[in-house]
Amino acid sequence: MHNYLIKRLLSTIPVLIGISLLLFFMLRMLPGDPAQVLAGQMATPQEIENIRHQLGLDRPIYEQYAVYMSHLVRFDLGRSARTQNPVIDEIWARLPNTLLLAVVAITLACLFGIPAGIISAVRPYSWIDYLVTLSALFGISMPVFWLGLMLVVVFAVVLQWLPAGGTGSWQHVILPAVTLASFVIAFIARMTRSTMLETLSQDFTTTARSKGLSEMVVIVKHALKNALIPIITVVGLQFGFLLGGAVLTETVFAWPGLGRLLYDSISARDYPTIQGTILIFGLLYIIVNLVVDLIYAFVDPRIHYD
Amino acid sequence: MSAQTKPLLEIKDLRTRFHTLDGVVKAVDGIDFEVYQGETLGLVGESGCGKSVTALSILQLLPCPPAEIRGRIVFEGKNLLDLDQDEIRKIRGNDISMIFQEPMTSLNPVLRIGEQISEAAKIHKGMTRQEAWRWAVEMLRMVQIPGPGSRSRQYPHKFSGGMRQRAMIAMALSCNPRLILADEPTTALDVTIQAQIMTLLQGLKDDFKTAIVLITHDLGIIAEMASRVVVMYAGKVVEEAPIKALFKDPRHPYTQGLLGSIPVIGRKEHSGRRLQEIPGIVPSPLETPLGCRFHPRCRKVMARCCGQEPPMIRLAENRRVSCWLEA
Amino acid sequence: MIEIKEDNICKAAEWVPENRFRRSWAKLKRNKAALVGGILLLVYILSAFFAPVLFPGDPSAPNLIRSLETPTLREPLGTDELGRSILGRILYGSRISLLIAVGVVSVGIILGIPLGLVSGYYGGKVDFLIQRVTDTMLAFPGFLLALALVAVLGVGLKNTVISIGISMVPMYIRLVRGCVLSVREEDYVEAARAVGTRDVIILFRHILPNVMVPITVQTSLSMGMAILFAAGLGFLGIGVQPPTPEWGTMLGSARSYLFHAPHVATFPGIAIFLAVLSFNLLGDGLRDALDPRFKI
Repeated sequence: MHNYLIKRLLSTIPVLIGISLLLFFMLRMLPGDPAQVLAGQMATPQEIENIRHQLGLDRPIYEQYAVYMSHLVRFDLGRSARTQNPVIDEIWARLPNTLLLAVVAITLACLFGIPAGIISAVRPYSWIDYLVTLSALFGISMPVFWLGLMLVVVFAVVLQWLPAGGTGSWQHVILPAVTLASFVIAFIARMTRSTMLETLSQDFTTTARSKGLSEMVVIVKHALKNALIPIITVVGLQFGFLLGGAVLTETVFAWPGLGRLLYDSISARDYPTIQGTILIFGLLYIIVNLVVDLIYAFVDPRIHYD
Repeated sequence: MSAQTKPLLEIKDLRTRFHTLDGVVKAVDGIDFEVYQGETLGLVGESGCGKSVTALSILQLLPCPPAEIRGRIVFEGKNLLDLDQDEIRKIRGNDISMIFQEPMTSLNPVLRIGEQISEAAKIHKGMTRQEAWRWAVEMLRMVQIPGPGSRSRQYPHKFSGGMRQRAMIAMALSCNPRLILADEPTTALDVTIQAQIMTLLQGLKDDFKTAIVLITHDLGIIAEMASRVVVMYAGKVVEEAPIKALFKDPRHPYTQGLLGSIPVIGRKEHSGRRLQEIPGIVPSPLETPLGCRFHPRCRKVMARCCGQEPPMIRLAENRRVSCWLEA
Repeated sequence: MIEIKEDNICKAAEWVPENRFRRSWAKLKRNKAALVGGILLLVYILSAFFAPVLFPGDPSAPNLIRSLETPTLREPLGTDELGRSILGRILYGSRISLLIAVGVVSVGIILGIPLGLVSGYYGGKVDFLIQRVTDTMLAFPGFLLALALVAVLGVGLKNTVISIGISMVPMYIRLVRGCVLSVREEDYVEAARAVGTRDVIILFRHILPNVMVPITVQTSLSMGMAILFAAGLGFLGIGVQPPTPEWGTMLGSARSYLFHAPHVATFPGIAIFLAVLSFNLLGDGLRDALDPRFKI
């Protein structure tokens, strides 16, 4: 297991370097002078010169990268061209909100998606299987932001049970979290169903039955324990989807999170914030996947005892 | 070894069909045979002749919407096909257990070996967790796995193929069954390991006084282990005989073909002789030939064979053949 | 030698080699869900082609007198804030989204297949390099990657297609590479190599056909995903720009009128839903028919 963990941690390094390179070159691919781009449209010539000097944009490219990296490792992401606050502060203020939504959404997804998938797999072609399969199919075909809008219309306008946006109470969390979770619940239900079906058709399930074990024991102790391993991986990957979907959902519900920050900064051409937010999103995703792989190492005996 | 009065297991007119998108597959189409206490019965045939399906039908391990099992499988006086799910579960792993072909995939990779062996004992013999685990370690010792205590706490991926099959045997014997269905237990193993496993099985069978139905396509194993043999072809029984009689004087052309195709090294009268093969291939289970199923490949085919299925003819006690040549 | 006499009426034990594609096609036809998906897709494609016939004129031309009308017989889906027929705009929008779907998948395939083939077949340093780049791209959730690319490339239809297309490339590379890795070890590939067949021929004649199966399934699902991504970008205002009637863009502008004219937001969303649904149904059906092993 230690080998696996070390290899996994080491493989993160090239990715981190890759991301930094990606963002580094992204800025320079934009039309115009990078310093001006970073400073924003409102900046004075003096401010532009300051930024040029600060980031070493007048020096050769590899020196620029060195300066860039030295800032990155200190989490100095520059200043927002819009608000002039340090980007890292803007991000830090909003990160908990996005994480809250994401955690609630993923919890909902596992709570509803996994059992739905299991029941569907255990009773294939029954009415409940059709219900789950159809709902899941609808769930992955619906645009997240449209669902959000429709939910707002139904629950906030017509029924007036829940607020249409903003934060404040737990009621404010419901609609955005459900919207964000919809795709993921559907995806996880489908994934669980197909994984369980596959596991239930494997040889060791027949062996378990041949010992006279009850169907419940076969499903839970033998099949599910195996199926959960790939399902955990999928849940981790879906967290990434949530981060992407957060941009859309937070916009619909005026939720003050990282996604909304990204959207606002794209609208305002605030490149330091765009860069910083994308970086943090990428970092979050990498961390989540790393955690999932760690859990994997503990749960799968083939990796654990090697 | 057939002078027993009542057979342990009687299969009468077993028909197992699968309803598939391409049609009805008649995997087993009316077979009869008996297994007596403590004997080793060989069930021989090519791949696809229905021998594995027979074993799975006995324990009803086939999913019953696509599969349909008809006939009588009488075990200790009861027709197993009449039992409900709870009753058949009491028999599985307890009175009748099964050993599977692929030790690599037949064990659950995320459960410890000891856990998998002790499961049956816990539910059938009412042992506690500790008792069952101790019993599992004991079983591992009986199948000659060294260091059974620590081995029982390991996961299957740490075991070699031969060791996994030993674990499977331990699992099958754990509740002291009256009958073991061994479905190609050594096919997936190396030849040297094969010999070890078969010797082990033979020894344990004598200790536990279990009957074994040994399903295989390997005539060599049959010659070593079985006392009686049932030969199957395309879902039907074509011949049944005690082991010596079968090898010395096979009556059905298929059996003759099988035996004739074994290469014999060293015997002077066989040197220079061309290896005999059975021409043609096994028929598709969706399109079985009319009349005798073997007739398209039979070197002694007669006109009668094309139109009518031959009856089962009893040649002697414990000898039967299904062939028009014997009629 | 056995003689099979002519006057035998019995069936010979003949093995008819099954035509894999015919079997798959039959299986697909039996799948009712896939059939529904196919019909939906057909409707979608037809409406894209016949939009100008059904709705002559410019769907984006404003007609302020009829602003924000709820559905009537004349206008079955109502009008939007500029008085334009929503039905007309949805029909024209199907052309846009179809174009985007095809464009995105083309980018993905044109870049992804060769890179995946090379990466999987040759291995070594090339593989290492391509894999690290793929890893980096996959470090971002798909939509965010497309978003980042749009931030660099700019808005508009062309850039939307390119951005989303590029964000799909890593997935295609992975898919193709995985397939190549498993096929590469097959005996027939080794046999071809042993008789001296050139690599290019091996890639095209032996490996590529096997790769086509998962690619086909994935492409159908990716088209749906492409439409969702494009709609997302359009909704945020950084995809296809108004007045072009892209469904997501329409939803974005409809947002301001959500409270007093919800129908403007409802119908484009339903259009997106149905289009994506059709691709998903078809993709699922293809996967079941072509090879149950390839479960995504």
